[in-house]
Amino acid sequence: MTVSFTCILFLAVLLFLMGTACVMTRKNLFMILIGAEIMLNSAGIAFAAAAMHWQDLHGQVMVLFIMTAAAAEIAVALALIVCIQRRTGSVSADHYNLLKG
Amino acid sequence: MTFLNIIFFITAAVVVTATGFAITRQNAVHAVCYLVISFMGTAVLFYLLGAPLLAALEVIIYAGGIMVLFLFVIMMIRDQRTAVQPPDQIRTWLPALILSGLCGLMACFLVYADFGIQTGSPAGIGAPRDFGRILFNDFWLPVEIASLLLLASLVGALYLGRKNDKRIEDIP
Repeated sequence: MTVSFTCILFLAVLLFLMGTACVMTRKNLFMILIGAEIMLNSAGIAFAAAAMHWQDLHGQVMVLFIMTAAAAEIAVALALIVCIQRRTGSVSADHYNLLKG
Repeated sequence: MTFLNIIFFITAAVVVTATGFAITRQNAVHAVCYLVISFMGTAVLFYLLGAPLLAALEVIIYAGGIMVLFLFVIMMIRDQRTAVQPPDQIRTWLPALILSGLCGLMACFLVYADFGIQTGSPAGIGAPRDFGRILFNDFWLPVEIASLLLLASLVGALYLGRKNDKRIEDIP
């Protein structure tokens, strides 16, 4: 494939910015997690593109570790959401003011 | 403009469009469905980038595992009080726009900066056999650490998900 490295990096940057905007603007915890997933995924695309660009398989190995970290993060985050939803009955980030300073 | 280039640009357009729909949906289930489309497109991108094993893992782990876990938990949680959006949308979007712009500027700098690295000619690389050989020869310690991370997350998820009858009543 002869698509330039810059072109693929722009795609990854665009996806990363979409994930950032999703994390910062949404209140629903599920949407925040989805934004984090999009950001991790775009990092994976950038690593794979770099692996092809420099002909080095270490970039692809990094994508594998990114996937592992994403899976672990999502498992713990969803368990946390279920736990906090039992206590507050809400999945909105606005309702989690339980510590009260 | 070769055939693979056309496939790449079509797939990139599909991924960006699906992601754009995913981050703007009000219903989380719709967002997850669009995100599955986005991850399928990403798997095609990985294949085009010379990583067939990663393409398979993307479909299996991301689209097949993580997204289905999302759907299960979203459907398991019954009472979803809708998030209260502030009346002025500009206060919500302004920090996101500023941070996204800064990230975009830094990314443009990184893309266009010349680090003086010689580049080889792009070609198809990364057969699963070479991938596994590098993974278990050069990266055996990170693989063990990743397995410990997964074990820790499993134990943590089990601990957090246990029965807990204490419920705080004074929530507005």
